[in-house]
Amino acid sequence: MKLVVAIVKPFKLDDVKAAVQELGVHGMTVNEVQGFGRQRGHTEVYRGAEYTIDFVPKVKIEILVDDDDGPRVAEKIAGAARTGKIGDGKVWILPVEGLIRIRTGEAGSDAL
Amino acid sequence: MSINAGDTAWVLASAALVMFMTPGLAFFYGGMVRARNVLTMLMQNFFCLGLVSVLWAVVVYSVAFGGTNKWIGNFEYAWMGHFNTAPAGLSLSIPPSLYMAFQLMFAVITPALITGAIADRVRFGAWAWFAGIWAILVYAPVAHWVFAPSGWLFQRGALDFAGGTVVHINAGIAALAVVLVIGRRRGWPHSPMPPHSLPLTLLGTGILWFGWFGFNAGSALGANGIAVQALVNTHMAAAAAMLGWVVVEMLHGGRATILGAASGAVAGLVAITPCAGYVGGMSPLAIGAITGVICYGAVNLKFKLHLDDALDVVGVHLVGGIVGSLLLGFFADKAVNPAGRNGVLVHGGGFALLGDQLVAVGATLVYSFVVTFAIAWVLHKVLPGGLRVDEEAEDVGLDLREHAEVGYAFAER
Repeated sequence: MKLVVAIVKPFKLDDVKAAVQELGVHGMTVNEVQGFGRQRGHTEVYRGAEYTIDFVPKVKIEILVDDDDGPRVAEKIAGAARTGKIGDGKVWILPVEGLIRIRTGEAGSDAL
Repeated sequence: MSINAGDTAWVLASAALVMFMTPGLAFFYGGMVRARNVLTMLMQNFFCLGLVSVLWAVVVYSVAFGGTNKWIGNFEYAWMGHFNTAPAGLSLSIPPSLYMAFQLMFAVITPALITGAIADRVRFGAWAWFAGIWAILVYAPVAHWVFAPSGWLFQRGALDFAGGTVVHINAGIAALAVVLVIGRRRGWPHSPMPPHSLPLTLLGTGILWFGWFGFNAGSALGANGIAVQALVNTHMAAAAAMLGWVVVEMLHGGRATILGAASGAVAGLVAITPCAGYVGGMSPLAIGAITGVICYGAVNLKFKLHLDDALDVVGVHLVGGIVGSLLLGFFADKAVNPAGRNGVLVHGGGFALLGDQLVAVGATLVYSFVVTFAIAWVLHKVLPGGLRVDEEAEDVGLDLREHAEVGYAFAER
């Protein structure tokens, strides 16, 4: 089992959700986060003060998948979330050691 | 004078309008601070309604309006003693206790103005001590000098229709004095501390503008042509000042901001406060526009002076109050209000009024600064922990530490 994690631009969430549902994923968890990558640090002036803005709002998506599906789901997310402009985000794949469905107690791949 | 029903009805309504300005101010400031400190700001403002009202009934009205001494009142009105006798020299067509109630609302909001400058770093208990003592030792004497007919500035002929000196210059310079005692916030000016809720600020601005009709037009103490002039002047000055600020903001920084529009309107309202019943024609537009532009410049000054006046009380209330009080020396017109005087720009005017305005402004500045600084300095030394919260509380946010409450319990189910 794998956990696919993606950080994408907030307005791209709907596109990503639609795209991965085509692949038949079993669910997802979404978080509102902030972050920066290589684009960090632009300066803004507000009310006479100069502020360096580092963090930008993003959305974090987590999807549990079968071992072989990781790369396919990650590709699909990347394609749906891409705008070509700076700050599009990243997607990565983590190994999952254990998994339980809380309602039934099923474990392992059965819990996906 | 006998009691006039129309006058009484209007001043009754005005007292309610001015009362509404204190929660309005609370929201105006509250929206500008960070979410972790919103309750602290709201409480410091709202609590003045409780504290200052009670002190007013017990002694402060008396110190402000009692007796015939030119420097200070007396104890004739203490403990609500014969509230139905008008202060010496005042000829009222409304019940005297209504005058007391109307003036009370001014006394409540004036210390509340200071909270904006000291945002995010003062303990609530310390603030309560400061506000109460300040109302007695600073607000009441200056109110006596300017509003009470026996007061020396009133006798001198300095004009202040609704409290440019008593309220705005007084609170503005007091804010500066307290900021000098307590110092700047941790992280200022390098860490961004943008407003957490500009919708709340704009709500507060609307309430202030609305209430200001009572503040200024109510100060005519009658339902008459002067009150109407004051209402028109108030509105026009706010409008022109908002435009002045927004235009300069767009030219200087490239965009108009909500905060700028709100601040501009308030700056105009502050400036027209001393002028409201003494000027006419297009002058409120001039007064507003000039003040909007000057105050825009003034708020940027705090960075050069490295002074953390958190929400620009000095830039808007002190500077706006001074500009308005002095512009009154130019625009005052007896044709508008025969009880007033003529300013420099009016035929038959000259510089006498401007001179008296300068004296009133100067006296308020000096007295308020010195006594406020002393009160703040003594409290900072004498109260356990001083005026400021500790460093950790300031980082975590004051609401949890001071009040064990959270402004926005969004994580709750």
